[in-house]
Amino acid sequence: MELLNALVAFTNFVGVPAIAYGSQLAIGALGVTLVYSVLRFSNFAHGDTMAFGTMVTILVTWLFQGAGISFGPLPTALLALPFGIAVTMGLVLFTDRTVYRFYREQKAKPVVFVMVSLGVMFMMNGLVRFIIGPGDQRFADGERFIISARDFKKMTGLDEGLAIKTSQGITVVTAIIVVALLFWFLNKTRTGKSMRAYSDNEDLALLSGINPERVVMYTWLIVATLATIAGVLYGLDKSFKPFTYFQLLLPIFASAIVGGLGSPIGAIAGGFIIAFSEVTITYAWKKVATYVLPETMAPDGLVQLLSTDYKFAVSFAILIIVLLFKPTGIFKGKSV
Amino acid sequence: MKKLMTATAAIALTAGTAFADGHGKEIKLGVLLGFTGPIESLTAAMGTGAEMAMDEVTASGKLLGGAKVTSIRADTGCIDNGLAVANGEKLIADGVNGIVGGDCSGVTGAILQNVAIPNGMVMISPSATSPGLSTMEDNGLFFRTSPSDAREGQVMAEILQERDIKSIALTYTNNDYGKGLADAIKTSFEGVGGEVTIVAAHEDGKGDYSAEVASLASAGGDILVVAGYLDQGGLGIIQSALDSGAYETFGLPGGMIGDSLPKNVGSDLDGSFGQIAGSDSKGAEVFAELAKAKGFDGTSAYAPESYDAAALFLLAMQAAGSSNPADYGAKIMDVANAPGEPINPGELGKALEILATGGEIDYQGATGVELIGPGESAGSYREIEVKDGVNATVKFR
Repeated sequence: MELLNALVAFTNFVGVPAIAYGSQLAIGALGVTLVYSVLRFSNFAHGDTMAFGTMVTILVTWLFQGAGISFGPLPTALLALPFGIAVTMGLVLFTDRTVYRFYREQKAKPVVFVMVSLGVMFMMNGLVRFIIGPGDQRFADGERFIISARDFKKMTGLDEGLAIKTSQGITVVTAIIVVALLFWFLNKTRTGKSMRAYSDNEDLALLSGINPERVVMYTWLIVATLATIAGVLYGLDKSFKPFTYFQLLLPIFASAIVGGLGSPIGAIAGGFIIAFSEVTITYAWKKVATYVLPETMAPDGLVQLLSTDYKFAVSFAILIIVLLFKPTGIFKGKSV
Repeated sequence: MKKLMTATAAIALTAGTAFADGHGKEIKLGVLLGFTGPIESLTAAMGTGAEMAMDEVTASGKLLGGAKVTSIRADTGCIDNGLAVANGEKLIADGVNGIVGGDCSGVTGAILQNVAIPNGMVMISPSATSPGLSTMEDNGLFFRTSPSDAREGQVMAEILQERDIKSIALTYTNNDYGKGLADAIKTSFEGVGGEVTIVAAHEDGKGDYSAEVASLASAGGDILVVAGYLDQGGLGIIQSALDSGAYETFGLPGGMIGDSLPKNVGSDLDGSFGQIAGSDSKGAEVFAELAKAKGFDGTSAYAPESYDAAALFLLAMQAAGSSNPADYGAKIMDVANAPGEPINPGELGKALEILATGGEIDYQGATGVELIGPGESAGSYREIEVKDGVNATVKFR
């Protein structure tokens, strides 16, 4: 019983939030890693692309809510998601045509691209703030919990509750579907294969008749989809605020780099590594320890390795360690 | 260019002396508040509140033989020490006789040390609540019509004790205000025998607070006290704690009291409680009506305190018979406290008359002003409990 309580407390405060957060990071990092491997630069505008996609989705959600359309127990935002994706695709294609293509034709160095994406980031940043404002927006509706802590306690008779929010459930399910679809696309379809070929060796791909502009366009379309999905899932689970999305850039890049830039599997693994280390290292183990250890050994202190203030420091420390000892990341990013 | 600068400086200097000479006829009060920045939504009403007291006195025509009181507004940015000090210097150059301000605790300390003390200028802040300002060396130049957060800590401890709460977990927003308030709550609550299981900071403006809540939950405690901001991290912490079932009841200090919190959180917040500076004095009602007639919201936070700050300046000047800070500074405590005729908002003319004939007044104003210790409000608080999704007033302390 005690052991079960410990397990439930751990799952509730570490397991469930970290899995949800990890999935969100993983989808975000997949987008970054795709841009990196196909277009060969670090896209700093990714966080704000997420914010833009989420913003459009929120606006459409409000429209639906106003018209009385709902998705039953699921959040209306899921219905609005395709519209968000479509508009975001339009925006990234627009920035590609007007900004990135120019530098591609110049054969600009990757570092120039990074700076250009920084500029795009500021533009998108301003655009989002201009349209929806800098404040917090809440747009989650429908059933809030799959199972709430109170119900769980009643059901099992345990002292500890386990809460799983609908948004967390949706996040994990969506993440699995998205990742499966993406891998199928990259490995089985003609376009996916040509993207991988282009990423492996640009010149060879051109020689074998792959149209580079097509590859670039498909990449952006996929990136826009991933970014919007990641953004909407994060917003449903927490809340939407442009500045938070801008800050998300850090853990997302950390995930992509730790896993190995350019490697899709690495991006997913990286997302979960970053999420779990942020939560477990700053977790106060007192509660769990009190359940597991015999009474005489129960700790007085919090049994906390690091104060939660240092949450971000954890991702950075991991990032530095990986860069120092395994610069290509855990899954050997191909093109670093 | 250099000539132009010299000429401008010379003109500014002569202008300054000219104003200084004109003391008898015109009195200038600086209103140095954060008209831009984090509390810009409050400062509009605060500035108007202070200016209402000035207009009232001017209209009465009884201050120092019919002096006209004018207001000069300047900005502190709430968190911008450089801006605040520069604007403080500008007010001194403009020849003000006193400064209503600053607003946020950090800039107020900066203005006090860099502008007010070197120039011997009196400041009355309507809204700086950091306990640190109580102990700051101020040469008798600094007063405030708002209570110190140390007082809020005591009130919170009393409330917790009365509600039979033995242990609390405490989280605060990571800045001067949050840290000061958290320290005050911890000291006071432990002083009455309560247990504080954890004191942890949280950053504002983050999306995800599950790690913070996990630590707070692990530490345990009957309730979670959140010394933060209701539109910021405080809301995120409460939401996350409710979602994970970590805590069901919350202690809410002043920064967390507002209509938006119960609205955003929903019915789960029912039963949580807290306190915010406020009084049940008759003055508050009178002030709210006067403000309504003027077209602004007199119940807006710190607007009554601003009115009182400006009024205290003018009454002290009348009592001293001088608008020189060195003369009237010592009179501020006299006019604010008993003995004497109680004075409510709207009765400044009457008060000036009593003072002119050598009588004594006990200025109550809009907030039931009583200055204690180093010249700060004793502080009455409104105890609040969330019932059916609204903040209901339980009683006054």
